[in-house]
Amino acid sequence: MSAPADLLAALKQSFPQVADRATLDHPALDVPAEQVVAVLGYLRDQAGFDFLVDLTAIDNGEDALPRFTVVYHLLSTTHLNYVRIAMACPGGADPTAPSITSLWPGANWHEREAFDMFGIRFEGHPDLRRILMWDGYPHHPLRKEFPLAGIETTLPDLEVVAETGTKVIAAPMMGGPFVASPGEMNLTDAEPRAKDESWSERTEKPE
Amino acid sequence: MATEFVFPDTAAKNASVDAPEFQTEKMSLSMGPSHPSTHGVLRLQMELDGEVVTRCEPVIGYLHRGDEKIAENMTYNQFVPYTDRLDYLAPLANNVAYALAVEKLAKLEVPERCQAIRVICCELARVSSHLLGLGAYAIDVGAWSVFLYTFTEREKLYKLFEELTGARFTTSYTRIGGVARDVPEGWTDRVNAFCDQFLPILDEILALLTRNKIFMDRTAGIGVISKQDAIAYGITGPNLRGSGVPLDLRKDRPYSGYQNYEFDVPVGASGDCYDRYLVRGEEMKQAVRIVKQAVGKFPGGPWYATEAKRIFGPPKAKILSSMEELIQNFMLVTEGPQMPAGEVYFEAENPKGALGFFVVSRGGGVPWRLKIRAPSFCNLSILPKLCKDMMVSDVVSILGSLDFVMGECDR
Repeated sequence: MSAPADLLAALKQSFPQVADRATLDHPALDVPAEQVVAVLGYLRDQAGFDFLVDLTAIDNGEDALPRFTVVYHLLSTTHLNYVRIAMACPGGADPTAPSITSLWPGANWHEREAFDMFGIRFEGHPDLRRILMWDGYPHHPLRKEFPLAGIETTLPDLEVVAETGTKVIAAPMMGGPFVASPGEMNLTDAEPRAKDESWSERTEKPE
Repeated sequence: MATEFVFPDTAAKNASVDAPEFQTEKMSLSMGPSHPSTHGVLRLQMELDGEVVTRCEPVIGYLHRGDEKIAENMTYNQFVPYTDRLDYLAPLANNVAYALAVEKLAKLEVPERCQAIRVICCELARVSSHLLGLGAYAIDVGAWSVFLYTFTEREKLYKLFEELTGARFTTSYTRIGGVARDVPEGWTDRVNAFCDQFLPILDEILALLTRNKIFMDRTAGIGVISKQDAIAYGITGPNLRGSGVPLDLRKDRPYSGYQNYEFDVPVGASGDCYDRYLVRGEEMKQAVRIVKQAVGKFPGGPWYATEAKRIFGPPKAKILSSMEELIQNFMLVTEGPQMPAGEVYFEAENPKGALGFFVVSRGGGVPWRLKIRAPSFCNLSILPKLCKDMMVSDVVSILGSLDFVMGECDR
């Protein structure tokens, strides 16, 4: 079996739009959205990367372009190398991506999770529902604009809500992680407690 | 001379032959989230035809705590206790996998002694996790006594963990660039003594099940995962090897010095529940073999990366007596271990499968994005396919044999 560098060079010959991606470990490639299914299919069938270990997304920040990147990690069970494939999601704050459940049925839950957490719509997915949050939850928690404390919402069961009037409230941030978020210099301004995302010593707990 | 026996309802039976096929009404059954055999808070929404499962839809997320969101808001070291709560049956192994992932980002090699400590931690955690999985599985399929033996052994392991880390359950033992503290005096001898007394007991425990008629009836030929399916669904760990795929990251992509130890990777033949049980049993023996080697040639020297001043904190005595170390400690606590910008993916062979961390850093002490690739999450995704056309009692057997843990699945 040839080295992963040769395999990926052959891939780039077949798909000239594929570009190298900055990486600190495994070889990584940037693939345009319309080619990602073909490239992953090629890697699975012709380069021996037959194991989809992980599929996830990155929110690059509210003003970044592209806003979301979907990242695939493949492993080969024959030559035991990893490769990372990244795809910039078209659609800005309402991103879409092609589903790869036709290549790996195991991608089903991963795509549901990425949809749940980031709101990425995987086109061609057989059953794109929320997986970790409940059905009908209105937010996508891993987006950068979603606060760590959470956002007040109703409980999933409307009958319980009607009977008790309780709701999901934002978490208290006192005693929470006292660290600077990346890019923010001032510790006092950066820590979630100071941001007063929810009730703390300074703001009253909501009723 | 035998007389012909006439069933009282023969007439009715004959009449129904010509009648259109009898359609039973499908029943909907919700198993869990608090059902003993779902080992936590998994819920299976099943559609039953009599006692046969026609559709099975796992509902997960009952234990979702948003670990990945939390990770984006704290320094690398602050996240270590959260890794305890992923696979809470093997917290030490999670700690190690997480530390190795972040160290890969920093391109940091820890000293030999630290690597050996981590290997011992991982393998003892593997034994502990498999013992629990085995005991709970045996209860699920109707054998109570196994549980009592395995938990006696786990208790001994917990004593060792407590001595090493100060906690029995949520150990939080590793730090980026090392471990929380060196091993206590005489600890390795006690580990060795545990291993010696454990092997005969393990044989005894496995002998309770391996040729047990009831156990075999409940497991052999049940829940068969083919090689192709195992790979297509991203199944890892003993479940993958039970299906005959010899993929073990400790052998295939060695980390933390695993290449220096001799051990075998057991694989199954048919991929059924029984094979997965056999693989786990043998893995415990191999884990003990690794631990004995690691204890036998336990290296001296430093137990943390002494030169990585912006990553690992100095010893407490120095913080209290030297200005430079005090500043170093202050910077580490407030700003976190300083990492370069970039992306790394690392996965380790944990008891439940490959636990992966995808770290996206933009520099500084806090990750921009930390994705946890949970083996239980992937292993459970095959359930709809696996449970179809099985009996309800077989579903219990399949769940036990997959040996998942919801803390990790839901994150």
